[in-house]
Amino acid sequence: MTTTIPAPRSPRRLRGRTNTELYAWMFMRASGVLLVILIFTHLFVNLITGDGINALDFGFVAGKWADPLWQVWDLLMLWLAMLHGTNGLRTVINDYAERDQLRLWLKVGLYTATTITIVLGTLVIFTFDPCPPDAAADLLPSFCQVP
Amino acid sequence: MPKAPAGTLYRGREGMWSWVAHRVTGIGIFFFLFAHILDTALVRVSPEAYNEVIATYKNPIVGLMEVGLVAAIVFHAFNGLRIVLVDFWSKGPRYQKQMSVTVLVLWVALMVPFTIRHLSHVFGG
Repeated sequence: MTTTIPAPRSPRRLRGRTNTELYAWMFMRASGVLLVILIFTHLFVNLITGDGINALDFGFVAGKWADPLWQVWDLLMLWLAMLHGTNGLRTVINDYAERDQLRLWLKVGLYTATTITIVLGTLVIFTFDPCPPDAAADLLPSFCQVP
Repeated sequence: MPKAPAGTLYRGREGMWSWVAHRVTGIGIFFFLFAHILDTALVRVSPEAYNEVIATYKNPIVGLMEVGLVAAIVFHAFNGLRIVLVDFWSKGPRYQKQMSVTVLVLWVALMVPFTIRHLSHVFGG
């Protein structure tokens, strides 16, 4: 029986292999760098400036999301942080859950929770009404008051 | 089936401990993120529902937990940037130890003023 040996330094072609893990690895680094900027700014604006955490209420959130910049900012954070965290936990599950069935079901649970959370968060950002008509006026941002 | 212990790959020192801390902080931040998105989603229910839940966070215990959360995020951020530099900067692997020290120095440099500022909001009203 003869075995064909490929020429040295010929590109490796492994059947059935994909580059998914390479893309996941690249995504972790790219999203990580972006998340540092997005989240440090998020923490600075929400916790350091003004009255910090004490200023946080419905009016504060509504005031921020009246600005498309913060809508896009929070949307980017939502997607990047959820996908970054999900891929991180996928790695942890692959490392420690040794039984095939357990590993499978942990990942099914993880992907389900991630999908629900990303869809819910996205819907909230885009369908949010800063001035709900039946709410008490003192809970709303100042721009809601009709003269 | 449980496997018999067969030596260890864990080597200790800066590399292993920053790897452990990166995992632990990452898992912690991820579980917080679920809670954070779900409670923020209450703004879509009603201003009263959101304010009621946020009010339960405004106490010293949660205030201290917030310092812990930010400490985890700041470490994970700086250590993540160190990993990116080890992977992509040609001199990264050679300076990995110095960069580990830099991560800790930057972490302390940010956490000291943040903790003072945040706790004065939490305890000062």
